[in-house]
Amino acid sequence: MIPKHDLPAPLEGFARLLRRHPVATRELNRAIAPFENLSKTLVFGCNMCGQCILHETGMTCPMNCPKQLRNGPCGGVRMNGHCEVKPEMPCVWTKAERRSHIFPWRSAILRIQPPLDWRLKGSSAVVNMLAAPWDDHEGTE
Amino acid sequence: MSVRDEARGRFERALRSGRPVVTCEITSPDGVDVDGVRKRARLVRDHVDAVNVPDNTGGFVHASPLASCVILLEEGVDPIMHMTCRDRNRMALQSDLLAAALLGVRNVLCLTGDHMIGGDHPQAKPVYDIDSTQLVALATILAREGRYLSGRPIKPPPDLFPGAAENPFAPPYEFRPRRLGKKIEAGARFVQTQIVFNVDRFAEFMGRVRDLGLDRRVPILAGVAPIRSAKAAVHMRDNVPGMEVPDRLIRRMEQAGEKKARREEEGIQVCVEIIEDLRKIPGLAGFHLMPIMWEQAVAEISRRARLRPATAPPDVRTEPESSEPATVPVAAAPRSGAVTLTPDS
Repeated sequence: MIPKHDLPAPLEGFARLLRRHPVATRELNRAIAPFENLSKTLVFGCNMCGQCILHETGMTCPMNCPKQLRNGPCGGVRMNGHCEVKPEMPCVWTKAERRSHIFPWRSAILRIQPPLDWRLKGSSAVVNMLAAPWDDHEGTE
Repeated sequence: MSVRDEARGRFERALRSGRPVVTCEITSPDGVDVDGVRKRARLVRDHVDAVNVPDNTGGFVHASPLASCVILLEEGVDPIMHMTCRDRNRMALQSDLLAAALLGVRNVLCLTGDHMIGGDHPQAKPVYDIDSTQLVALATILAREGRYLSGRPIKPPPDLFPGAAENPFAPPYEFRPRRLGKKIEAGARFVQTQIVFNVDRFAEFMGRVRDLGLDRRVPILAGVAPIRSAKAAVHMRDNVPGMEVPDRLIRRMEQAGEKKARREEEGIQVCVEIIEDLRKIPGLAGFHLMPIMWEQAVAEISRRARLRPATAPPDVRTEPESSEPATVPVAAAPRSGAVTLTPDS
């Protein structure tokens, strides 16, 4: 499930255009994904889940958590703030919590994140956010 | 009413009674030992309102908690089944939630789950398809909205009573109460905490919880446990992530010496003292005992700390087989508003 975003007006027009042309959108996604992968991996250690919530988690990728938790830390964080699974790694969520205070939208970390849509793994989160693929299938069978 | 029907829903009734509630955790069977489960159930059932059964604790494989929960129901105990996100994806979790409801198990404690790295199958693939907050939401969707996550309706929907856990003793400390708030927002109906050894830190946590008004939204049960030896205390501090065991507690256990009776006595005494300290903290709805592989201690702790199940009849300790109607326990006027944890006289 893609987190819902309120898009600024100019982007909303572009998003509508994308939604009208699913095939072109798919190709655009394929073209952009490698660049998004490269840049976000270098800067944030991105895992290309395709449903980016970096801005809500203090620009810390929650997918680096060995349990891939998207709603907060587990109960196993060590006293020194390091990970239960990888003792040498600081817990993703202790970092996320600390960094989230920097941003004006700091309360976004309290939003309940829906379960991931694994079909979007490896695709461009930017294009997904605009075009919201699979959205029509949500909640139907 | 059969023993099963009597037991089912006892936990929710206890929480609604407004009186302090007592729950405890029993060890899941390591082998196919039905009598072992029954024995442990009988050791604790007169002292508690509900019994938790853990799900592959610490990443060690045990029988599925659902089986133990069904045996507990037969013994007249209302079980709380732990459910972790470690081993099952959202499809398996939903089908197991429905299976639990089919068999009469309605209380589910939704957990992330200890990682298998510390268990006996570190090679296994971690699943973690959804997280504990999403699992609470999932159980709530199944029960309250009567639909699967896909949106397909469930007829009839399962009767579930989902709960959540919080560990006030793991960083980031400031975030813990807010994470609990998220779980309550997702639909948690009760909360059980990690074992409290550091009462000061817990009091701080509860202060924030009260500021956020969370204690008025759901009942919060504080986890407590007796320590058997200084060695066990050191092991917990060093090898169990997310467990805070203060040094003064370890020193105290060391001073108790090596003799079994003496150190066990000291362990129970420490536990009782922690319960007394916790009683002074407002906003708690009861206690959750975690006598790790030491169910015999529950009776002694209950006696010394004057813990009584909220669903126990006013005078005599309850016999679950008796045909007392469920309304008897609340003969005394139920407490309203802020619940304090002094035992009923």
